[in-house]
Amino acid sequence: METNQKVLKPERPVAAQGNFYQPITNAIGPGMNERIQKLRKISFETEPSLSIERALIQTQFYKENFGKYSTPVLRALNFLEICKQKTIYLGEGELIVGERGPKPKCVPTFPELTCHSVEDFHVLNTREMQRYTISQEDIDTYEKEVISYWNGKTMRERIFSYVPTEWSDLYEAGLFTEFMEQRAPGHTALDGKIYEKGMLDFKKEIQEQLNKLDFLNDPEATDKKEQLDGMKISCDAAIIFAERHAELAEEQAKTETDPKRIKELQNITEVCRWVPANAPRNFHEAIQMYWFVHLGTITELNGWDAMNPGHFDQHLTPFYEKELAEGTLTREEAKELLSCFWIKVNNHPAPPKVGITAKESGTYNDFTNINIGGVKKDGSNGVSEVSYIMLEIVEELHILQPGNSVHISSKTPDRFLKEACKVIRQGHGYPSIFNPDIYIQEMLRQGKLLEDAREGGCSGCIEVGAFGKEAYILTGYLNVPKIIEITLNNGINPVTGKQVSIKTGDPRNFKTYEELYDAFLKQLNYIINQKVLVSNYIDRMFAKYSPATFLSVVIEDCITKGKDYYNGGPRYNTNYIQCTGLGTVTDSLSVLKKHVFEDKTFSMSTLLNAVANNFEGEEILRQTIINNTPFYGNDNNYADDIALQVYNDLFDAIDGKPNTKGETFHLNMLSTTCHVYFGKVMGATPNGRLAQKSISDGTSPSHGCDVNGPSAVIKSLTKIDQVKSGGTLLNQRFLPSLLKRDEDIMKLGQLVRSYFALGGHHIQFNIVDTATLYAAQKNPEDYKDLLVRMAGYSDYFNDMNIDLQQEVIERTENESF
Amino acid sequence: MSTGLIFDIKKFAINDGPGIRLTVFFKGCNLQCKWCHNPESMSPKVQKMYNAKKCIGTVKCIEVCPNDALKMTLEGIVTDYNVCNLCGKCSEICPTKAFEMLGSEIPISELMKKIDNEAIFFDQSDGGVTFSGGEPLMHSEYLLAALKECGKRMYHRVVDTTAFSKLETVLEVAKHTELFLIDLKVMDSEKHKEFTGVSNEKILSNIVELAKTNCEIIFRMPLIKGVNTSEENIKKTAVFMNSLDGNRATINLLPYHKVAENKHVKLGDSNKFIEFESPNNDEVLKVISIFKNYEINATIGG
Repeated sequence: METNQKVLKPERPVAAQGNFYQPITNAIGPGMNERIQKLRKISFETEPSLSIERALIQTQFYKENFGKYSTPVLRALNFLEICKQKTIYLGEGELIVGERGPKPKCVPTFPELTCHSVEDFHVLNTREMQRYTISQEDIDTYEKEVISYWNGKTMRERIFSYVPTEWSDLYEAGLFTEFMEQRAPGHTALDGKIYEKGMLDFKKEIQEQLNKLDFLNDPEATDKKEQLDGMKISCDAAIIFAERHAELAEEQAKTETDPKRIKELQNITEVCRWVPANAPRNFHEAIQMYWFVHLGTITELNGWDAMNPGHFDQHLTPFYEKELAEGTLTREEAKELLSCFWIKVNNHPAPPKVGITAKESGTYNDFTNINIGGVKKDGSNGVSEVSYIMLEIVEELHILQPGNSVHISSKTPDRFLKEACKVIRQGHGYPSIFNPDIYIQEMLRQGKLLEDAREGGCSGCIEVGAFGKEAYILTGYLNVPKIIEITLNNGINPVTGKQVSIKTGDPRNFKTYEELYDAFLKQLNYIINQKVLVSNYIDRMFAKYSPATFLSVVIEDCITKGKDYYNGGPRYNTNYIQCTGLGTVTDSLSVLKKHVFEDKTFSMSTLLNAVANNFEGEEILRQTIINNTPFYGNDNNYADDIALQVYNDLFDAIDGKPNTKGETFHLNMLSTTCHVYFGKVMGATPNGRLAQKSISDGTSPSHGCDVNGPSAVIKSLTKIDQVKSGGTLLNQRFLPSLLKRDEDIMKLGQLVRSYFALGGHHIQFNIVDTATLYAAQKNPEDYKDLLVRMAGYSDYFNDMNIDLQQEVIERTENESF
Repeated sequence: MSTGLIFDIKKFAINDGPGIRLTVFFKGCNLQCKWCHNPESMSPKVQKMYNAKKCIGTVKCIEVCPNDALKMTLEGIVTDYNVCNLCGKCSEICPTKAFEMLGSEIPISELMKKIDNEAIFFDQSDGGVTFSGGEPLMHSEYLLAALKECGKRMYHRVVDTTAFSKLETVLEVAKHTELFLIDLKVMDSEKHKEFTGVSNEKILSNIVELAKTNCEIIFRMPLIKGVNTSEENIKKTAVFMNSLDGNRATINLLPYHKVAENKHVKLGDSNKFIEFESPNNDEVLKVISIFKNYEINATIGG
């Protein structure tokens, strides 16, 4: 509808000028050039494979050197050895250089953490999803050289040999996951320091600290010396790694015939000789600087979630603006360099996981999340032309990695939000949208300095931290719905019949809802204590045996404290437990409270029998539950009050529990893909959810249970005080018909503004495609929220007859952008 | 305080005026358009809808019906409206909510609570409240009370109406309304009567008077082939719009859609459904271009 509202037209004067890009249809920007198209094609089409090179270098090194040095120095020398020996790759047409493996999409292994077995490799090589190819010859070599050495000596084996039976029982039943059982603690993003200092500067700072050490009065002086020595070696390793790229570029220039490419190669040589040894001088060097640091951190160890540049647009903007003014860089060149970087990240699939972790996180995505927009350290608007360039790249490249998010504070211009919404309309599910005004408060609540909080953001999924200054260790997901299941079975896992938790009484004997809830809290606290117990042990194992000496160089205060990233070196040191399934839990408790205890619609034993039998033969009961219970996500206080109580009790159970670094645990409300795994290990739940079906994700309502539109969902979610968490997650489904016109796009933006004004942390929109609609036809129950709009008319997809549904499907096909 | 019969309150309404809105749908209409997209809005009485897709055949409704008005058939439960007194017991007992009662009297205070609850969305989007139907002017006392309450709270107010009412009602409502959405269905009076049940003189003269006020008006036109898509009708519509006081040059075109069929089935009066033809894309574009010749901004959808 045309209204008196002004419709903002994006202005992109620079992009409108002639340039060398081939325009592609539907793109908001001018499109990819030929180089980017070629590099993207390689990245897109190359199948992930495994490289045993890193493992071989490391094993040889350990055979010769283990026991000769302190642990930090040993780790640093190991990193140096890899940087010296690994195959260097410089692909045709590349401008930003460097790969973790010997070639794109080729992933090394980290046997010191988890040593893959021969069987693991065969599975990885042959499975249909998330396949990593490896040759039989390599498997044989690995078995002979690597497995034979590391067998029994890995971090994973150390951890599993320690864990108490109580923990294992809960872990195997699927009550929680443990991130660090096979990868190192990670979730790290950088601040702006690497654009002001190079490795030589860091080395100087390290030396100053070494000179200051007081071996007579400081009992930790020796430990600090070992750590600082290791960090110094790591700086050299990064410089050598870059120098080898400079040399390779020089070599290639000798045989290259294209004069343009020769110039590019000469430039690469110059860039790699300057960074990371020194602070970058221009836009190109700034990107390459970050990329070398990124590669360094993911080469020394296999941290959970790859490294992340943090507020990359803000870091690059000074270089961009200076060079544009001086005439040494054009917008198109900047975009090309950034596109090269984007493709580099995509060249790095997550190293393959094993066991339960592979089940809950079976993805190539390694969650490097580029934060776009947001606020600057001084609190002012952080959006610049570089932010808009990044949005163009996100839309045009359409690749899995890096992830991206836009950060919309009350100071962010509407134009930026609108451009982001246009990318969202494309239906790829990104960018996700974050609210700095709230996450800054979250960090302040935890005691961070204002500037540090403002420089923070989201590193992987929705978790936030102080970029460049914090080790915020996500320890694993907590299956809160499973805790209800365990409570209803007096500590027995009904899937296996095994007693896996404490006895809190047969619920058939509970007289009141409060009695039941009390039992749930007892189970919750017991389970969280088990989780924290093992997390603390793992924390110490990494601090002692697997320091990250290179990562420690670039994280604030590690140098001045002389301590490792894993050992309390960073300015802030927090641990998180990620709680999943708030929707499933709330709805289940709502059913129990209303129907069993208040209205006495049915008895506890009727309900428990139906749940135990997966509602077989009890469809009437199940329908009564589904259609006659207040569910979370509908702005209904009955259900929302339960959600609030559960949230507050999760907070009380987790927040403030001491970790091993003098700080505490906090909670996050997210599930990433884990809600699928958690659903698989569960029987039916009282809310009518059938066995093995996914539980609800993050803080989103249960699938299809939000039937009053997105504004009601937002009202429900903001009844919980999100500032007390370290992040919440809200997924919302939209049909493309709701976002057809420019004004609709604006309304999507206004919905976001409303959510954020009410205190929302994060929201992301999945634009529904035809496949979803076909699924909705098959399982209408899971898709009750799908609202369809036609001119002058709207209805829920479920309520339409088959002909109309078919028409909507056809329209959706056409309306998908 | 009077109560209005309301059959739906829609949150996050994005097609009923500027910004994000809450739309209140009144039940009952004094026009009976044969193509009506919302046939459940036409009767001024409480009605019942039955969705056979949701019915799992518990037959609890049949057991509970005090008048034996329900019967199980191959097509699901059928209501004999000669004996059904719309007591709603079937809808209460149904575990799947296959029966739905339409129309409830909501006190103003309760309505305002629902509206206030959405205020943040109005604030962030320059949105507000839309009163639609059915015909909101049929509930003028209630409507005015609601409009005044919204006015106190500075919510933007839209009334979506046929403008078929007493002039004084229209003008009184106009005092408390920022924007009117008004249908111009077909200019020929005979045809108007044939397809909507009433002739359009009253409507057009009301619009002429309304246009003299400060209220914003956006026109809407359901595009139905063979009824109002002729060049002649579009030109007449444009001329009429241009003859009005103020800037009245915006019209939303809503191409006909047979969405009502399903609703007629649910209402149990599928015999009342008449299928019309919607114009094809070229025909719609032609309509837009005619309007354009008259400097009228016509867009698809509203």
